[in-house]
Amino acid sequence: MKTAGIDIGSRTIKLVTVEGKEILHFLISDTTHDPLEQCRSLMAQTSFDRILATGYGRHFFETHFDVPTVTEIKAFARGAKAIFSNCRTILDIGGQDTKAIAMDERGNVSKFEMNDRCAAGTGMFLEIIAKTLGYDLEEFGKEALKAQGNIQINSMCTVFAQSEVTSLVARRQKREDIARGIHMAILNRTLSLLKRVSTTPDIVFAGGVAKNPYLKYLLGDALGCEVKVPEDPQMVGAYGAAIIAQDMNR
Amino acid sequence: MKGETMEQKNYRPMWKDLGLNLEGHDQLLAVLGKAYKDIYMSQENRPKAMQYLDFVISEVHGLRVEELMEAKKKGNKVVGTFCVYVPEELILAVGGTCVGLCAGAEIGIDEAEKVLPRNTCALIKSFMGFKLAGLCPYIQASDLVVGETTCDGKKKAYEILNDYKETYVMEIPQMKTERDRTLWRGEVIQFKEKVEEITGRKITPENLREGIKTANNKRKALQRLSALRKATPSPISGLDALLVNQIAFYDDPLRFTRSVNDLCDELEERVKGRIGVSQNGTARILVSGSPMAVPNWKIPFIIETSGAVVVAEESCVGERSTRDLVSEDGDTLDKMIDAIVDRYFKIDCACFTPNEERTDHILDLAKEFKADGVIHYSIQFCTPYTVEAYKVEKAIQKTGIPFMKIETDYGMEDMGQLKTRIEAFLEMVKG
Repeated sequence: MKTAGIDIGSRTIKLVTVEGKEILHFLISDTTHDPLEQCRSLMAQTSFDRILATGYGRHFFETHFDVPTVTEIKAFARGAKAIFSNCRTILDIGGQDTKAIAMDERGNVSKFEMNDRCAAGTGMFLEIIAKTLGYDLEEFGKEALKAQGNIQINSMCTVFAQSEVTSLVARRQKREDIARGIHMAILNRTLSLLKRVSTTPDIVFAGGVAKNPYLKYLLGDALGCEVKVPEDPQMVGAYGAAIIAQDMNR
Repeated sequence: MKGETMEQKNYRPMWKDLGLNLEGHDQLLAVLGKAYKDIYMSQENRPKAMQYLDFVISEVHGLRVEELMEAKKKGNKVVGTFCVYVPEELILAVGGTCVGLCAGAEIGIDEAEKVLPRNTCALIKSFMGFKLAGLCPYIQASDLVVGETTCDGKKKAYEILNDYKETYVMEIPQMKTERDRTLWRGEVIQFKEKVEEITGRKITPENLREGIKTANNKRKALQRLSALRKATPSPISGLDALLVNQIAFYDDPLRFTRSVNDLCDELEERVKGRIGVSQNGTARILVSGSPMAVPNWKIPFIIETSGAVVVAEESCVGERSTRDLVSEDGDTLDKMIDAIVDRYFKIDCACFTPNEERTDHILDLAKEFKADGVIHYSIQFCTPYTVEAYKVEKAIQKTGIPFMKIETDYGMEDMGQLKTRIEAFLEMVKG
């Protein structure tokens, strides 16, 4: 049976179709102002017998298409476990939230935490600060790698951090040094979240922000173990939902 | 009787006389009516006897206030309170009525923030907002407003509230030694004298015995309701049971006790027939922590629309205010006062240190009610409960029952995030 998982995030919508655990299709689009239309267009590009929705938009999807839902927490746990069978800890940094999930050996969620209402340290934060510094998101992490200096960013609030960055730029601080400071600030925040939940390896880093190579490196360095990033870190939730949909068959 | 219309009769002249801000009050009733319809009337399989509660809520600022105004004309006094520490027995003894004052809605916040820091707990901000914006008929009708020193936020806020409405403050000890009991006894006696002063009536062994009996009977009815929720499947939703506990602070105690007993009769039949509000296998959740005043239905609403049922509230609006009775054995005024002192001294509010009896109670409740999960709820900036959550978590973890703590206010902007967290918690509970 072909099943699909759709992960409706704040920035992007991901659709994965699977047969067993094998990925047949992975599609992604921006969420835009009309996520429903985006979902329709993604679904039109592939076929499946059953679909399961996850992500912050799962409930409107449920209402429109009358399909079951699963939370991102469970979807990421299943997806990460299917990709890295020794996974015990997941860090997911998406567009507007950050989650840390601990799993037992069998892959059941044993503890999790997520930010409650503020997007500090998430993808949105990185995007806005990158823009303030004139970088696009892809080069942001690479540029930070070139930093020589050590600048501390004190604010984690997107609005305050942006004005802090603006004033650092005005003081003619090097762009890449500021970029490094921003990465360090996210790192520290993420580490404290992980320490509250779990740092048991294997640690899997997923979500759009996991595409940032510098953050992956910093995390591995601070945690003293390799942090595993899936080939496409953005599809983990949709993939997990698709696998759960397979099980519902039995 | 319909739950969706909040206004059956024209109470505007009464509200005007009470000095309410009519325009703001209309908006409040409209919001409350809609929230009640969306949250309560959408529930399936409700007990029939809940119609009485629907009626009380629909008349919460109407008929009930009118009754109080009528009682006042006969010289009976209204005492407004914010806390389960105020001994209702003393008020009942002299024919008075004890009412819980409005503190459960995000309203009048702009007004409240003129006098209070922004990072004050939602409950304190709410009662201040209700008063300053002129939206609570109960505080307007009160002959005496009683505050208490359960937390720093409330303690200091009462000093400010006193500028707008005279507030009598009871000192609540913070520890439970013999010295603290002596202090508390002094407070109860002083409060007795205050009640006698404002009513001009003496508290006697005869009328106090009646007061004790009335308050006990109310608690016994609520205990009966609580015990029925131990059944699987639960015969009543957590939302409805919470509402009953909330109404307990407003309604006429005799009528309320009868109605709760009627409800319990119906629930007993349900339990016998194994009829519940949810299917067997539905996750049973114990909610523990800060009080949930009307219309703060946020957490049970999310839990129960995510496929679980709340089976108990370890809260001031719940177990904490109903668990203990006042001994009815006392034959002298002194002995009766002692019985009251002892009963209230048992309350395990998080303002006490140490407060191990609360954790013990939570463990007992989790076991007795066969809870599949415990959700600790604290109002943001409510330091006693927010901090104590750590101790509760540690104790619950030893039992292996899944535990989650939530800190939130009365606002709705974190509903999406909370729903995800609670759903994920329930997925974890179900395994």
